[in-house]
Amino acid sequence: MNILEFLQPPFMQRALLAALLVGVSAPAVGVYLVQRRQAIMGDGIGHVALTGVALGFLLNTSPVWMAVLVAVLGAIGMELIRSYGKTRGDIALAMLFYGGMAGGVMIINLAPGGSTANLNTYLFGAITLVSQEDLVVISCLSVFVLLTMLGLRRQFFAISQDEEFAMVSGLPVRVLNLLLAVTAAVTVTVAMRVVGLLLVSALMVIPVAAAQQATRGFAATLGLAMVFAAFSTVSGTVFSYYGDVPPGASIVLIAIALFALVTVAAAPLARRAARGGGGGRASKEEGDTWHNGRSEATAGSRRQA
Amino acid sequence: MSQPVTAAGDVPVVRLGDAHAALGTRPVLRGIDLTVARGEVVALLGANGSGKSTAVRSLVGQVPLTSGTVELFGTPLRRFGDWGRVGYVPQRSTAASGVPATVREVVTSGRLSRSRLRPLTGRDRAAVDRAIEQVGLADRARDSVARLSGGQHQRVLIARALAAGPELLIMDEPLAGVDLASQQVLADVLREQVAAGASALVVLHELGPLETLIDRSVLLRDGVVEHVYDRTESAAVVHDPTCHPHDAAPAPTTGLLT
Repeated sequence: MNILEFLQPPFMQRALLAALLVGVSAPAVGVYLVQRRQAIMGDGIGHVALTGVALGFLLNTSPVWMAVLVAVLGAIGMELIRSYGKTRGDIALAMLFYGGMAGGVMIINLAPGGSTANLNTYLFGAITLVSQEDLVVISCLSVFVLLTMLGLRRQFFAISQDEEFAMVSGLPVRVLNLLLAVTAAVTVTVAMRVVGLLLVSALMVIPVAAAQQATRGFAATLGLAMVFAAFSTVSGTVFSYYGDVPPGASIVLIAIALFALVTVAAAPLARRAARGGGGGRASKEEGDTWHNGRSEATAGSRRQA
Repeated sequence: MSQPVTAAGDVPVVRLGDAHAALGTRPVLRGIDLTVARGEVVALLGANGSGKSTAVRSLVGQVPLTSGTVELFGTPLRRFGDWGRVGYVPQRSTAASGVPATVREVVTSGRLSRSRLRPLTGRDRAAVDRAIEQVGLADRARDSVARLSGGQHQRVLIARALAAGPELLIMDEPLAGVDLASQQVLADVLREQVAAGASALVVLHELGPLETLIDRSVLLRDGVVEHVYDRTESAAVVHDPTCHPHDAAPAPTTGLLT
């Protein structure tokens, strides 16, 4: 038996290509969301996208393109709430999340012959059902995501790392924030066919969380996260082919296993770095000052006069 | 950076006129006038809550004024777009983030005020390298900023501001929580910048090693300018204005008052 037998069926060729594209795209956006501590945003967009999928069924148009449209609008809404919203921003976001999910379930039941069963492939992914046409859509959207996120990586790094400084640098921060939100929405809808809306955020967050334990810099984290995510999506798809298990769940569980492995492997490395190499020059006392500075920051000293 | 002084040399690089601002409903600035002339180093002093940070943040457009005027290089802030001329060093607490970043990556983001959305050129990279060297962190350029001490981290933020080759430095408490070696680095950098023609507005709790560089000290209290000390007074009088601005008794000149 050919060891590469899984490459023979055309549906698997399409599935693996989709898996690879999603694997490199998701963390390219996720790394900025993690950096801004917005890791949960992908989940929120996923919930809202469900309304789009259901609208696609109701209006008898493409559920994927409707999902893109609604997710983009939802992501723009979330970004506006984040940047202008004051104290109750979290509640407003929660409303958007729940509203998106409830709206999807309601609308799908209004569609002729529709039921929540129609939503299953979108909620949990159906990578083996990816058609030629789907693949074209996924490819176009992935190229858009990668070009945007990698081409403007320094600018997105700047707004995610220190938004106020980026504004004072004269960068078009608002436009970049909206572009990031739109790109995140596109990524969610691309990944929806692979891992499902409920697990989309995992691919944007877990590979980044794994990579950052083993790296010192942002570019290195981004690169390693893309490798981890692509490994998870491709190996998860192959695993599900042989094991006859759901691909979306396999992919996410493999990503979590990778995270655990890196955590275990990185702990001794970090200890060694703290003792000898990189941080060795910082005396203990100095190090403590820096940590104090950080805890003051969380206490809100930034906002004081 | 070291542009020849032209007719525009008479225009102050910073001008804040009768500035009022509020955070929420609390008035924080209650009519502040402040100018920084070309080549001048001005210290902004005052107790916590006196409006120092709000004043500098209003200069860089981060706190809107409820009334009054802000001008940078003679241009009203609303129409000012030449941010490469301004090197901003915010309070240090802002740079902690979830994903690691190297010293070089953080400093490179300071160059974006010149490069904007275009890719970096060799000239941009050289400016970044030079800024890292100026603060003495060339050997740490590829290390994660999370591994640095407080003082080293402050030096990274200063290098980030220098990367654009600014003519005006605006620094918010650059000495707070910074070890003596790094304070000295900061003083040396500021001296070089001023020698090359730059101006600076520095929020401070104490003058420390910057004392000899300060041309004027402006003491704020409750959102108004309480006193302006000229160069000679600055060194003699302003040892500890934050706690005892008019105390005749010699104030203790101990370490940080943060």
